[in-house]
Amino acid sequence: MAAVDGVDLEVREGEIFGVLGRSGAGKSTLLRCVNLLERPDTGRVVVDGQDLLSLSGGELRRARQGIGMIHQHFGLLGSRTVAGNVAFPLEVMGVPRAERAQRVAELLELVGLSEHAKAYPAQISGGQKQRVGIARALAGRPKVLLSDEATSALDPETTASILELLRDLNRRLGLTVLLITHEMDVVKRICDSAAIMRDGRVVESGKVRDLLLRPGSELARGLFPLPEATVRPGTTVVDVTFEGDSADRPFVSTLARTYSIDVNILGGAVEEIGDARIGRLRIELPGDPQINAAQLAHLREAGLTVEVHGEAAHDGEAAVQDETAADGGTAVDGGTAVRGEDPLATEEALS
Amino acid sequence: MTWSEVWPLLWPATKETLTMTAVATAFTAVLGTLLGVLLVLTERDGLLPVPPLNKVLGFVVNVGRSLPFLILMVAIIPFTKLITGTSLGNTAAIVPLTVGAIPFYARLVEIGLREVDPGVIHAAHAMGATRREIVAKVLLREARPGLVSGLTVTVIAVIGYTAMAGTVGGGGLGYLAISYGYERFETKVMIATVVLLVAIVLAVQLAGDLIARRLIRK
Repeated sequence: MAAVDGVDLEVREGEIFGVLGRSGAGKSTLLRCVNLLERPDTGRVVVDGQDLLSLSGGELRRARQGIGMIHQHFGLLGSRTVAGNVAFPLEVMGVPRAERAQRVAELLELVGLSEHAKAYPAQISGGQKQRVGIARALAGRPKVLLSDEATSALDPETTASILELLRDLNRRLGLTVLLITHEMDVVKRICDSAAIMRDGRVVESGKVRDLLLRPGSELARGLFPLPEATVRPGTTVVDVTFEGDSADRPFVSTLARTYSIDVNILGGAVEEIGDARIGRLRIELPGDPQINAAQLAHLREAGLTVEVHGEAAHDGEAAVQDETAADGGTAVDGGTAVRGEDPLATEEALS
Repeated sequence: MTWSEVWPLLWPATKETLTMTAVATAFTAVLGTLLGVLLVLTERDGLLPVPPLNKVLGFVVNVGRSLPFLILMVAIIPFTKLITGTSLGNTAAIVPLTVGAIPFYARLVEIGLREVDPGVIHAAHAMGATRREIVAKVLLREARPGLVSGLTVTVIAVIGYTAMAGTVGGGGLGYLAISYGYERFETKVMIATVVLLVAIVLAVQLAGDLIARRLIRK
């Protein structure tokens, strides 16, 4: 049995990349492959241009010192103070004592925990523990931070503050973050790119914005949960995804006026994704899809992504519809995009 | 016997008991910890998996623990002679005391180490720590409260074993209780030794609890 199979991911330098999936989807295994806590049977793991599988034990340990990792249950040493925990990786790296103390102070300052330097993990809150975890992970000035469900054990407000901290560190330090999560919200809040994993495989991946605009996208479905579409005979049910400008244009009323039809709104949602506003609306038009060909074309020309429900020929048509997003019109395949300076790329098959 | 005759007997015997216990405990703390660490490291999912060695060690520990101390003491007389040059006396008693206590403490060390949060070990790995660092700075250190509690229990067991040390010519309170209190019907000696033993055990337990509690960072 392969926990992770045929996964090909490329994380670009300086971005926050989220791998979304249910428990058991293999995302944890995937993440642990990136610092070789789990060794893939075949494939390559390249971090910051270095092929980790080719390294010896000592070299691998040094490489790990340059890859920060934070954990769902924090993984703090209960017998050490907050400062002692942050000092631990520095000891491992052989940093002299005086320098260590200074660096620990800097790191605690960075995560806003200077006051709690002398506290023990049992005396601080979950959010503070994760801040200690983050400070510790940054001790070796890593270029890459791996986050293993770092907010899953935290309440919503604490989650928000930790995500904000990650976003801030990403921007200020140029830190590349690869995180795994089962929370759609995490992807929505901070991820530039995302991949969805199921049964050990990546089923979709790319920039979050592009994924949301891609018809049939699971990410979009997860983020804009609309109920299972029931198509009444003689009607056309369409999911329209819109972004930025088109979100401000009243396409529903334009459609109704232009074609003198009644447009029924069945459901919808608008989300702020990063700086963009993306929304999805489910509308019902009178008449079969064939009758509505002009109306559908109208929507596509307006720069909207259009998905038609309940057609027998839907699957066949989906491919055509895929290319219809007029704004740039790219069906991005982020997973295989290749760039020169990508600090982190994994390609592996575990069995 | 009057009480004034009993007192002079008690102090040397107490000293003997404490000496035997202290020396045996010191050896046990070192060797038992080593064995306990090996038991944890060499298991299949351990940091240094050597399952065959793990099985052998586990077997040795089980045999060591299942032998009644009295029988163990007699059985290893040749070994005792090899190490101390004699099979009689307090020094000779220390060898079986140590041999009997090591497997006992090793199991307690093993249990203590297993209670260390695997997430912490995982995190240490991710930081690039070596096995040695993980054992010294994570496993043993995180398990300290458990190790101290285990050592407390072990010390008390060793005090119990010293009572049987008389069999190989060792002294101590146990021997005093048997030779005077039981064989010569000196009830006062019996009472005094029992009270002393109980007091020593309570003191050890109290000290152990105090240290363990101080090590738990709550």
